[in-house]
Amino acid sequence: MILEVKELEVYYGAIRALQGISFQVNEGEIVTLIGANGAGKSTTMRTVSGLLQPRKGEVVFQGRRINRIPAHKIVRLGISHVPEGRQIFPNLTVTENLLMGAYTRRDRAGIKQSLEEVMDRFPRLRERAKQLAGTLSGGEQQMVAMGRGLMSKPKLLILDEPSMGLSPLLVEEIFNIIKTINLQGTTILLVEQNAFMALQVAHQAYVLETGRIVLSGPAREVQANPQIRSAYLGEVQMVS
Amino acid sequence: MEHVMEQIINGLQLGFMYALIALGYTMVYGVVQLINFAHGDVFMVGAFVGYFGFAVWGLPLPLAIVNAMVICAILGMVIEKIAYRPLRYAPKIAALISALGVSLFLEYFSSLKFVFGPDYRVVPRPIHEVHWHILGIPITNIQVMVIVVVLVMLLLLQLLIYRTRIGMAMRTVAVDHNAARLMGVNVDNTISLTFAIGSAFAALGGVLYAIAYPQIQPFMGIMPGLKAFTAAVLGGIGIIPGAVIGALIMGQVETLTAAFISSQLRDAIAFAILILVLLIRPTGILGRSQTEKV
Repeated sequence: MILEVKELEVYYGAIRALQGISFQVNEGEIVTLIGANGAGKSTTMRTVSGLLQPRKGEVVFQGRRINRIPAHKIVRLGISHVPEGRQIFPNLTVTENLLMGAYTRRDRAGIKQSLEEVMDRFPRLRERAKQLAGTLSGGEQQMVAMGRGLMSKPKLLILDEPSMGLSPLLVEEIFNIIKTINLQGTTILLVEQNAFMALQVAHQAYVLETGRIVLSGPAREVQANPQIRSAYLGEVQMVS
Repeated sequence: MEHVMEQIINGLQLGFMYALIALGYTMVYGVVQLINFAHGDVFMVGAFVGYFGFAVWGLPLPLAIVNAMVICAILGMVIEKIAYRPLRYAPKIAALISALGVSLFLEYFSSLKFVFGPDYRVVPRPIHEVHWHILGIPITNIQVMVIVVVLVMLLLLQLLIYRTRIGMAMRTVAVDHNAARLMGVNVDNTISLTFAIGSAFAALGGVLYAIAYPQIQPFMGIMPGLKAFTAAVLGGIGIIPGAVIGALIMGQVETLTAAFISSQLRDAIAFAILILVLLIRPTGILGRSQTEKV
């Protein structure tokens, strides 16, 4: 087990956004958190990566409790968080954005090699290397965000809504890349509103509703669950 | 004609000094979206520490300048830590009021007898003023020194921001604190460093100002501070080249107004510019709706 989240409670002021969430991520897997807007998916991710502090519960990464460690130190432990809405740096070039992803690393040769790998994975970024990232299309910005996330060579990659605002064709492409990244050995924690795509690539799935986990299990089983099919996969439930 | 050229050179000198102060306003605004109203007073402290360095303690001028820059860098970091950091994510008005408080504190604390004292002090020239004619333009060695020193510092700053790892971190903090954190950037330290650099520049400005206009007192930072703030707004707050352009314009406007219209009007015209910019083009000369900060 690479990540274990136990009984997490997170508040925004007086509002309890997470009401005691627990889940596990096994090494080498893709684990997905699905749920509607406002269910607490991003809050969970932001707590894992240290941007938010839980009031109760804990986050354990590789056997170490990390929920009191500030975000900028958590990256160094091997967690890379690609945030919702991408949050690329529009005033930096594509290359600079990617280099920022390797901010915690000091091995120049290794960084250069990682940069090449990311450019190979996203050939469009190579064409745009010198362009300011703010001038790119949404799909390209998502590639910058994911490439940037990979530059720290994470053990655990957190992807928050990577398909948001992308065309179906691009969504397909992004999910193929997610699968490849995972096959090459990176554990992935994936948050998605596009439950259909997420359940297809994931090994394990957790369903979040208003700050609680309401269902969990192997992605195939979750996918087959009739309630999930009607609530998240857009199928009409037949009433007999 | 020679008189005009002389005034333009005077304006250039003044403009470059404003640029040193304006950079601090604009850099700090870039990373924390706060107008550090105590900045002009850091400039004043720089002038005093520089003066003590070369006139009282007998340090060589370069050493006195470096000493003032280091002390003000520390002062800037302390101000940020005590007065702004606890309010960083509070409503902006809170930090603004805190800034005004720090400004007044520095002015009145400096006025105490056992600190700098309330009186004007005459600054002895650390170097003899020599008048030259370069290509027919009358210029003094002090003016040349001011202009060269400022240009070198601007170049160094540009290199720091665009060619170094820490500069890149500063540019990311300018757009998104949380995204910068996710990259592993220590946002607090980066902001602290920005205050340190801005304050060191203000200190340099203060020492050069005291050499060029050799009279100092604890409230001397108010006017240059406000003018430099105007310059930063004129150029586009948050944009470094904008601060320099705005400062050079302010230097010219002020000097030429004083020389050819009326010396009593020069402050009025300087602040009329501030009002006009805010009314007509609040993003400043180089500002767009989405600006590049730091």
